[in-house]
Amino acid sequence: MSTSSSAVSPSAAPAKLVEKLTRKDDTETRIARMGHSMLWVDNISVSFDGFKAINNLNLVLMPGELRCIIGPNGAGKTTMMDIITGKTRPDSGYVYMDGARIELTRLTEPQIARLGIGRKFQRPTVFEQLTTFENLELACKGPRNVFRVLSATLDGEQKDRIDAVLKTIGLSEHRELRSGLLSHGQKQWLEIGMLLVQDPKVMLVDEPVAGMTPVEIERTTELLLSLAGARTVVVVEHDMEFVRKLAVNRTVTVLHEGSILAEGSMDEVQNNPEVVRVYLGAH
Amino acid sequence: MRGVLNTFLRMHTPGQWLGFGAVAAFLLGVLPALNAAVPAGTALHLPDYLVPLFGKFLCFALIAVAMDLIWGYAGILSLGHGVFFAAGGYAMGMHLMRSIGKEGVYRSELPDFMVFLDWKELPWFWRPFDSLPFTMAAIVLVPAIIAFAFGWFAFRSRIRGVYFSIITQALTFALMLLFFRNDTGFGGNNGLTDFKRLAGWPLSHPLTKLYLYMGSAAALLSGYLICRFIVKSRLGRVLIAIRDSESRVLFAGYSAAPYKLFAWTVSAVLCGVAGAFYTPQVGIINPSELAPANSIEMAIWVAVGGRGTLVGAAIGALAINGMKSYLTAAYPELWLFALGAVFVLVTMFLPTGLVGLVSRIRTRLRERKVQAVRPAKADAPAAVEGAAP
Repeated sequence: MSTSSSAVSPSAAPAKLVEKLTRKDDTETRIARMGHSMLWVDNISVSFDGFKAINNLNLVLMPGELRCIIGPNGAGKTTMMDIITGKTRPDSGYVYMDGARIELTRLTEPQIARLGIGRKFQRPTVFEQLTTFENLELACKGPRNVFRVLSATLDGEQKDRIDAVLKTIGLSEHRELRSGLLSHGQKQWLEIGMLLVQDPKVMLVDEPVAGMTPVEIERTTELLLSLAGARTVVVVEHDMEFVRKLAVNRTVTVLHEGSILAEGSMDEVQNNPEVVRVYLGAH
Repeated sequence: MRGVLNTFLRMHTPGQWLGFGAVAAFLLGVLPALNAAVPAGTALHLPDYLVPLFGKFLCFALIAVAMDLIWGYAGILSLGHGVFFAAGGYAMGMHLMRSIGKEGVYRSELPDFMVFLDWKELPWFWRPFDSLPFTMAAIVLVPAIIAFAFGWFAFRSRIRGVYFSIITQALTFALMLLFFRNDTGFGGNNGLTDFKRLAGWPLSHPLTKLYLYMGSAAALLSGYLICRFIVKSRLGRVLIAIRDSESRVLFAGYSAAPYKLFAWTVSAVLCGVAGAFYTPQVGIINPSELAPANSIEMAIWVAVGGRGTLVGAAIGALAINGMKSYLTAAYPELWLFALGAVFVLVTMFLPTGLVGLVSRIRTRLRERKVQAVRPAKADAPAAVEGAAP
């Protein structure tokens, strides 16, 4: 991880943090929580052509937490991921990582990825002309510098790791298959596998079970549950059935019009009159 | 270091290494022997006038391989590779001009065109080209610097696809206009010509021609090996990944720009080397090499041969230029129509190029073998296939 920490300038984080900590309305516990957070989305706003996609969004994720984020279409779920991963620059606000030590909004996508934020896209995006194994090889944690990549080879440990992940995602027998030939569900799995070998601290997973069969959904649920604890997992999902299974004894966040509408356990959220209005009133 | 050696040896299967060795032996052993060792007048003798022609073809093949590295693998279509070719060609040409000495038409220290323009002394940027080592360095460094500077801005600004192609096309056109001017100092529209010798060897001597041909062959073979090494390394897979889905590559932690810049610069250098071997064998370098049409033709060689295969690109360059040499002599007015027709036909019917055709025929034959073994099973899918369209 020495490369990743050197890639980041100390930037505005400390000063901003001091400002944050001295703010009067912050309670002691809240400060402590921020200091230990894995990811802290701090008052982010962004608008596209006057449309406020994200509006004063605040979100705190603790290490090892699995958080489900739900919300109707256009609630800003994907935009939020774009901001965290550096694809979109917010108009205002900050994103802090790792106990608020690193500020992300000024970094590029690859820098953020190297810091340990992995992302799975809504539509499965794998490198179709490369084999399943090669996809995992590229995603594997390791050098990202041009000249080191030119002479890079996998060591035994990395090979074992890739083989283990291949097993986990059930693609061992398609190891040498061009990944463009995989089925939709298999591509979803492969992309999850690419996240696993990347070994991120935070995994952002956008609609992981879209287009999956019930059996595949079952396995994805198990996999995501097994990942939580070792790393922070954020799942954005439409499928309420799936969220209900994932979110047992966990916090669910409801996003609406770019800000948080409700946060709490699945039952609390489902019985929240505002949430009911947004979800049912829209239809 | 062991990793590099390992990757290098594994970039070809033993069979492929054998094939490479055979081609190398043919280009560097058999053909030169047919020219130098077989007596003139016998059926197998390779006439002297064909040697520089073959050498020129091999230079074009090297350009095609270099083009394929960035187009076939990184998905960057350059329509301005003539710039790098001309950079290498002019660097060599300047040295050749300086090697003429006082044997020019005007018996002057200065190159003829400078006397003609009534220049009194050699411009400063001509002076170091008296030295052959400097010239050799310039052949590599000038294209590299142009490519790096251009690529730095283009790739960092995330200029891609057709926009990038158009800008490269504009670049070569602008440079052509610049080089057409006498004041630019590179001989205007006549370019550089009337070369006499290289490193003391008279260019008219058959053995010099043979050595230049062999130099071109060696450049092509090593250029191919360099490109093959790159595309078979993990870096090559990153390039393919960038071609297929650039944004996904970014989220895997790779910045795309340095990778593109690397491949782009290597490609430019190989083109420059090709230009340097081209100039003494053809005997002239002029701004027409910078014409947009020339750079487009380079892309056609690669498309015809087959993108993303390296070997295909070289074959495409040889096939098209062989055809060009024949047609421009036999039916000069037909050449451009033929080139256009080939390009259209290949695009429509052979999207994977000549090399793709070969591998398609091979799969077809294999399938037929399978059908012959299991005729009953093979019938059903064939019927479905027939019904589908």
